[in-house]
Amino acid sequence: MYELMVVIRSCDERIRRGLSGGEFACTYWPATGQEAIAAALGTVLRTEDQLVTTYRGLHDQIAKGVPLGPLVAEILTRRAGVNRGKGGAMHISHPQTGLVLSTGIVGSGVPIAVGVALAAQMRGTDQVTVASFGDGATGTGSFHEAVNLAALWNLPIVFLCQNNRYAEMTPTVQAQPVADVADRAAGYGIPGEKVDGNDPDAVHTALGAAVHRASSGEGPTLLECMTFRLWGHYFGDPMRYIPEGELEQARNAEPVARYRHRLIGDGVLDEDGADRIGERARVSVDEAFAAALAAELPSPDDAFVDIYANEGR
Amino acid sequence: MREALNLALGEALAADPTVFIIGEDLADPGGGISQVTKGLSSAYGTDRVRDTPISEAAIVGAAVGAAVAGLRPVAELMIMDFISIALDQLVNHAAKARYMSGGLLSVPLTLRTAVFGGIGSGATHSQTLEAWLAHIPGLKVVVPSTPADAKGLLTSCIFDDDPCVMVENVALYGTSGPVPEGDFRIPLGTADIKRSGDDVTVVTYGRTVRDALSAAGQLAEQGVDVEVVDLRSLVPFDADTVLGSVARTRRVVIAHHATRFAGFGAEVASVINEQLFGQLEAPVRRVGAAFAPIGSAPTLEAAVMPSAGAIADEVRGVTGL
Repeated sequence: MYELMVVIRSCDERIRRGLSGGEFACTYWPATGQEAIAAALGTVLRTEDQLVTTYRGLHDQIAKGVPLGPLVAEILTRRAGVNRGKGGAMHISHPQTGLVLSTGIVGSGVPIAVGVALAAQMRGTDQVTVASFGDGATGTGSFHEAVNLAALWNLPIVFLCQNNRYAEMTPTVQAQPVADVADRAAGYGIPGEKVDGNDPDAVHTALGAAVHRASSGEGPTLLECMTFRLWGHYFGDPMRYIPEGELEQARNAEPVARYRHRLIGDGVLDEDGADRIGERARVSVDEAFAAALAAELPSPDDAFVDIYANEGR
Repeated sequence: MREALNLALGEALAADPTVFIIGEDLADPGGGISQVTKGLSSAYGTDRVRDTPISEAAIVGAAVGAAVAGLRPVAELMIMDFISIALDQLVNHAAKARYMSGGLLSVPLTLRTAVFGGIGSGATHSQTLEAWLAHIPGLKVVVPSTPADAKGLLTSCIFDDDPCVMVENVALYGTSGPVPEGDFRIPLGTADIKRSGDDVTVVTYGRTVRDALSAAGQLAEQGVDVEVVDLRSLVPFDADTVLGSVARTRRVVIAHHATRFAGFGAEVASVINEQLFGQLEAPVRRVGAAFAPIGSAPTLEAAVMPSAGAIADEVRGVTGL
């Protein structure tokens, strides 16, 4: 899990560095701070399990196994990208590794994930679907309709809320009348649990249990993972809406350094070993960026490909 | 027509285990508000003919997810006005998943919905909204006018690999006509000449085909020979059949029940003008609903919704009668 977290952090940093230095331009929604949740996702889910995530999805996509080179190429909108430069950072899809799709409309991925889980239930497979979304999504009608349906049909799905404390620029506490997102589970008659989303071991345990419930026919779980979005809503967000001191506090609680410290303290890793993991991540990320930057953008003709299956209009 | 639709759904369920139906109040004993799905849940089970809560966004969203996962869902939105609640799923996800994934995803979803205009249901239960959908690249939009077309178009939609919306009309559910047996499919994007004529072309679709044929009957008595082109499919759009007919008659009226202003007819008129401008004997004329919500009172409905008389008037206009 630590290695996954480091690769995610390294990739997110590399994107932000490229954007601030003017090396390339793309729209981007940073995931730094949310690596622990993804690391748990990546290790609990099997390839055949399905994940629907959002525009802030780099961490989930890497964790689910989307290959780094084509993923980075897609974020940089290259033709060599997983989605041929048409999806961009917001709309990554890689069904080969079970990353069904990433949606750019807040809340909209939840009903789609319910449909993916319904397909698994109807076919009688043991696949589990995870719908990953932020706290902001829980205020949408789509979220309510979808969780209600999944609970009603006892679908093999986990609703994974990455509560990063802000929905765009509005703090969660201003947007919900209940204390926790997990409290909402009671309204659907499903289990709701809140965990420290910056602790990969805690998320792993809770997610593992939820996935087990789903795959053994016990239906959906709403799992709320408390975390923090350390670089704002979008790249370049001045974060004026975050009160003084809160960001510093969140940076001190960030998951990568914390997990490194724990692993070293527990004797699982030593300093050198942790550094080697960091170096390996940097090398693979740098390779992915070098290849993506050298790759071509889609041609104007590509704009008219894949609108329809048979290209008819 | 409801039996033709029922037949198409039943045959698709029988032929392909990945086909299932999802929507509100579909299962027996109710069998759907318009009885289109009557008997299907008894024959194929409530797993495949699946009732939902009143949740239009989740109905279409779940259908998108199931389609992406390889099933062939047929979602039903009871009344077309309710599509407004599901438009995010339809427009942002169903329509664009193939494109945004670079061809990795496919959304073989069929969405059936029905226009309820003309029975006094009022402004939120009477709208004809297909122009919203025809405007979105990635969606296909069909509108049947006869039982046979309903069966052939619906079967084609179900087995098409793209998201298709079928706009039905409550006024047509009770109509009868011959329906081919077995796996009958009408290729999407093929218009049909419902009445041949030499003097004027009326381009229309759906419920309005009946009005156009009735207008053509009246006009025949006055010596005007009207050709009625039923588009059947708005997207893909069969421009060849429309242009072929108008090139011959050189006079055209376009008619639909949707609001005339910015309606699909405006696109048809534009295509005709671009291709046949020098050959037309008269400007292209259009018939559609007036630019007003549809009130509940029969007098208000009649004031706004188009009629066979309005089509006949415009045909007289382009023929100079």
